[in-house]
Amino acid sequence: MLDTLKGPIQALQDFFQLAGTAIRNLWRTPHYTDDILLQMDTIGVGSLPIVVMTGFFSGAVMALQMGRALGQYGQTGRTGQVVSIILVRELGPVLTAIVMAGRNSSGIASELGSMKVTEQIDAMRALGTDPIQKLVTPRMLATAIMLPCLTVIADFVGMFGGFIVGRYIYGIDTHEYWSSTWRALEWNDVVQGLMKPFIFSFVISLIGCYYGLRTTGGTQGVGRATTQAVVAASVIIFILTFFLTRIFVSVTPS
Amino acid sequence: MKPAPEDLALRFEDVTMGFDDKPALENVSFELGKGETGIIVGTAGAGKTVLLKTAMGLLKTWSGKVFVFGQDITNLSEKELFDVRGKLGMLFQESALFDSLNIEQNVAYPLLNQNAVKCAPNEVRPRVQEALDFVELGQTLKRFPSELSGGMRRRAAIARAVVTKPPLLLYDSPTAGLDPITASTIMTLIIKERDLDNTSALVVTHRYQDGNLVANFRYNPEDGKLAGTKEAERKRTKFIVMKEGKLIFDGNQQELESQQDPYISKFVKKPN
Repeated sequence: MLDTLKGPIQALQDFFQLAGTAIRNLWRTPHYTDDILLQMDTIGVGSLPIVVMTGFFSGAVMALQMGRALGQYGQTGRTGQVVSIILVRELGPVLTAIVMAGRNSSGIASELGSMKVTEQIDAMRALGTDPIQKLVTPRMLATAIMLPCLTVIADFVGMFGGFIVGRYIYGIDTHEYWSSTWRALEWNDVVQGLMKPFIFSFVISLIGCYYGLRTTGGTQGVGRATTQAVVAASVIIFILTFFLTRIFVSVTPS
Repeated sequence: MKPAPEDLALRFEDVTMGFDDKPALENVSFELGKGETGIIVGTAGAGKTVLLKTAMGLLKTWSGKVFVFGQDITNLSEKELFDVRGKLGMLFQESALFDSLNIEQNVAYPLLNQNAVKCAPNEVRPRVQEALDFVELGQTLKRFPSELSGGMRRRAAIARAVVTKPPLLLYDSPTAGLDPITASTIMTLIIKERDLDNTSALVVTHRYQDGNLVANFRYNPEDGKLAGTKEAERKRTKFIVMKEGKLIFDGNQQELESQQDPYISKFVKKPN
C-alpha cells in the first residue's frame, strides 16, 4: 500500500518543488526578459485564433440553446444576460484554459522533453544556466499574463457570438441584447472571471514544464510526456474550477 | 610516486551513485593528472556517461567524493557548481546544441552565461570566430544546428566546449555514429586541443583506435595533421575500463594490452 503511494507522493513533491523554485526565481537574477516576451508571443498571441474561434462558437451555441429555453417562458430577450453570466463566470475561463492546455501544456512538455532527451537541459546546466530560471519561469510568467487577457477576449467574442445568434435567429434587438449583457455583470463576476484564468495559468505552464523536464526514454518518452501533460492539466482545471466556484459562491452575497 | 592533490585535474574517491535504487557507479576511484588524457572504454550501460556527468556535478553521488582541481564538489549547491563548471568543457553524446539558437549563439552561450568566465561584450564575436575556426567551421555562424550534418554538429559542440578555454575537457563518445573519416577529424581536433592548449581530458569511447590515436599521436601545427609521438608523451595518456558501473582497469596502454581478462581484451585491438 505504502509502496503504491510512494510514486504519486514523490511526483507531487517534485511538482511543488519545481513550482516553488519557479516562483522564487521571479525575485532572482538573471531575468530572461527576451524569453518572457518570446513566450508571451508564442503562448499568448499564438493562441489567439483558436481562443477566438472557441469563444465565438461557445457563445453562439449557448445563445441557441438559451434562446429556445427562455422562449418557452417568453423571456428570449434575457438571452444576453444568461450568456454573459455563464461565459464570464465559468465557460470563458474553463474553455480558454482547456484549449490553452491542449495547445500549450503539450507544446511546453514536448519542447522541454525533446531538450531533456537530447541532453540540452544538461548542457544548459553545464554552461552555467539554471534551466528552471531560463525555461520554466518565463513560461510560467508569460502564461500568467496572457491567459487572463485571452479569457477576456474569449468572453467578449463569445458574447458577440451570442449576439449574432440572438439578433439573426431569435430577432432580439441589438440594444436590448447588449444592455442586458452589460447589466447582468457585477464586479465579483469579473473578479471571478479573471482570478480563475490566473490560477489555471500556473497549472497549464507548470504541468507542461514538469512533465517535459522529467522526460526519459527518447522520442517515445517525449510523446508520453506530452499526452500526460495535456491529460493532467485538463483534469486539474476541471477539478479546480469546481472548488474555486465553490469558494466564490460561498463568499459572494446572493 | 603519487601526484600531489594540486597536480590533479580530477579525482574520484570511492564514488557510488545511481538512479532510483539501482547503482550506476560503484566504488569508482581514479585520478587524472593535469595535462593527462584519460580514455574510458566499456560496453553500453557500463556507466561511462554517468561518470562524466558526475565529474561535472550534473549528477549527485550517493557516497564518495569528487575533486575537480583539488576542490571537493560533492556537496556544492547548484549555484556554487556553476563556478566549478567554468573550468570544465563538455561535449555531449548527441552534441546537445540548442536547437533554437544558431551556431554563433550556441558557441557564444558559455561566454555570455558562465559567471566564472569573464568576457567583455566586444570580445565575444572574435572568440566565437576563433573557436569555430579551430574546428574549421568558420563559415557556419548563422546556420542552425538542424542545417548541419552530424559531424559538423559534433565539431560545433567541440567549439562550444573549448571557447572558454577550460583546463579540463570531457568528451562523451565524440566519434559515435560517425563515418571513419569524420571520426578521425574529430579525434584530430581532440588531440589538437590537447597539444595546443595543454588541457586535461576524459574521452569516453567505444573505439579502441580512438584511444590509440590519442596515446600515440600528436598534432603537428605545421601541416595540421597527426604525427607519431615520443615515448615521454605517451605517458600523458591513461586508459580506464568500465564494466557494469565498476572501474576494472586503470593504467597505460602497455598494461592494458597485456591484460588477459576477456572483457578487457575484447576492447583492445592491437595496432598492427
